[in-house]
Amino acid sequence: MTVAREFASVLSPEGKLEPTEAFEPFADRLKQANDELWGTAFRQMKLVRAFDREGTNLQRQGQLALYVQLEGQEAAQIGSGLATRPQDTVFPSYREHGVGLVRGLDLVKILALLRGVTNSGWNPEEENNFRNYTLVIASQTLHATGYAMGQTLDGKVGTGNADEDEATIVYFGDGSTSQGDLNEALVFAKSYNTPEVFFLQNNHWAISVPVSVQSPVPLYRRADGFGIPSVQIDGNDVMAAWAVTGQFMDDARAGKGPSFIEALTYRMGAHTTSDDPTKYRTRDEEQHWRERDPIDRLEKYLRAQGTTDAFFSDIETEAADYASDIRRRTLALPNPEPLQMFNHAYAEPNQEIERQQMAFFDFEASLEEDA
Amino acid sequence: MTEHETLPMAKALNAGMRAAMERDEKVLMMGEDIGTLGGVFRITEHLKRDFGPNRVFDTPLAESGIIGTAIGLAMRGYRPVCEIQFDGFVYPGFDQITSQLAKFHARTQGDVSLPLVIRIPYGGHVGAIEHHMESPETYFAHTPGIRVVSPSTPNDAYWMIQQAIESDDPVVFLEPKSRYWPKGEVNLDEPSAPMVETRIARAGEHVTLIGFGAQTTMNLQAAQLAEDEGVSVEVLDLRSVSPIDWDPIFDSVRRTGRAVIAQEAPGNVSVGSELAATIAERCFYSLEAPVLRVSAYDVPFPPARLEKQYLPDVDRVLDAIDRTLDY
Repeated sequence: MTVAREFASVLSPEGKLEPTEAFEPFADRLKQANDELWGTAFRQMKLVRAFDREGTNLQRQGQLALYVQLEGQEAAQIGSGLATRPQDTVFPSYREHGVGLVRGLDLVKILALLRGVTNSGWNPEEENNFRNYTLVIASQTLHATGYAMGQTLDGKVGTGNADEDEATIVYFGDGSTSQGDLNEALVFAKSYNTPEVFFLQNNHWAISVPVSVQSPVPLYRRADGFGIPSVQIDGNDVMAAWAVTGQFMDDARAGKGPSFIEALTYRMGAHTTSDDPTKYRTRDEEQHWRERDPIDRLEKYLRAQGTTDAFFSDIETEAADYASDIRRRTLALPNPEPLQMFNHAYAEPNQEIERQQMAFFDFEASLEEDA
Repeated sequence: MTEHETLPMAKALNAGMRAAMERDEKVLMMGEDIGTLGGVFRITEHLKRDFGPNRVFDTPLAESGIIGTAIGLAMRGYRPVCEIQFDGFVYPGFDQITSQLAKFHARTQGDVSLPLVIRIPYGGHVGAIEHHMESPETYFAHTPGIRVVSPSTPNDAYWMIQQAIESDDPVVFLEPKSRYWPKGEVNLDEPSAPMVETRIARAGEHVTLIGFGAQTTMNLQAAQLAEDEGVSVEVLDLRSVSPIDWDPIFDSVRRTGRAVIAQEAPGNVSVGSELAATIAERCFYSLEAPVLRVSAYDVPFPPARLEKQYLPDVDRVLDAIDRTLDY
């Protein structure tokens, strides 16, 4: 298996700084980074991987209806997430646990959704503009575009005030690129010059369908047809993800319009815990990507910079504690009150729903009397 | 003194939206050709001129795109009013309406409301071509979380569009295009009833005749003709197709003992079906006859030259009234 070298990459699988030609336009941004940032990135990648493994375990033990694995995609998510500013807005798909972590989302809220105690789980206003997960693929690309249109209408773009100018980043997978909604989102984004970054995590498989069935041309090149600048990056390189996303988010806030990033990465696990990738892909392919693990390569880099063993072992301990805390709090999640399913179907009063809620209440009460 | 104006529904809608835009700067208009052209039916005429391109804008030709981006704008605090050019063109936006728009408030436990209006010129009697004369209300009425309303008079059009825009729920606003041009009196000062309420369009004693949108006009004609035959028909105008305001319906049917439902849509699993079933359930001991339905046939909308045979007409409505009186 070969990987196109046209992508922007800087941190090699061996943990060395080896920028590719495509990375050159972004190389200067690395000067804004330091080893403290990469230490943060490393810690967050470790935490979210621990979360991921705990989520998988919880599903296997019957505690979650489903779990959506992200292992392998930590660099794309943490790198791009760290490139956002507090005032930016993030529209995730349903695998962006890493981005959620960066934005400050309590990840138990994701497991609440997957445990079946809520359909959504959090209020974006209270979670640093990390919007809710969207399960119908590509739907959120339109929501993001509309939201970004609103940022422009609100005069929050291109004012030159770096602390107030806003942008939107929307995440989706390779499967979404086949959907009409993404293509419509790109049309609208260009039409209204939205302050928006389209962040494609190409993890190579749309459940069992490989990218090659969906596109004979590298996906980032589709953006050309919409007049939107695009770059393909090494999605397992946290530095490239951070630098390229940061540049495009700056451009978006400055009023330069939308851009498109294709992060080439790999979903090491299954699509979800309902999936069985052994039926459709090879161990060789998995091994190829295992050798490009995003966390390992950053660890190699940090060690070469002289980061101490204590740093790594502290994070190891913290990640284990984090996972067990997630487990404890997930198991403690209460079931929702049945009557609440009637409460928010509509924002305004609805007599018929109120009548049905009352009928439900009376019926349940009658069962208790009978017992 | 109360200000009245005689307006066609098209102008009443325009005036209603203008009033809503003047009241709330977060109200936006978006859709295909709605800006400079003013919409293919000119419902948004001059709004772009008067409110500017940031508040009234033409979109690319993509219905899912229109509704999906409007959802994002609503998340941002705007109140978008989307125009879908014709009834049969709404289906590409169906997923965004039913999977996203309708469900957001419930799935977020009320954290995110989407005050969004989708205006759809709908229905037949205009001799148009394929995909331009459909009645899609049932698809949306079946989905919890969205409201579906349709005015039948210019006065209701003027007030109901404002109520729809002010509603914190998403509203599918069905504009009966055959009623765009006939004029009617609009009371600019006194709001008509809330859009959720069923209206008694004509009082009567012998039969309750229920419909909405353009059908109400035909039902009123049928009631007038029936009166000439000595039959007193009470005409109810639903206005809100989902949810339905039931009490005035039950009250009327309990008085008359007879119900006829007339609608432009095909009958299979339709709003008329819901009305018939619920009336049978709730008014069983008051009924003197089975509830009868008059609707389009369960076939695709035929070529326009056949629409007179396909859609309910006054004769079919009168026939149903006669049949219910035969019991």
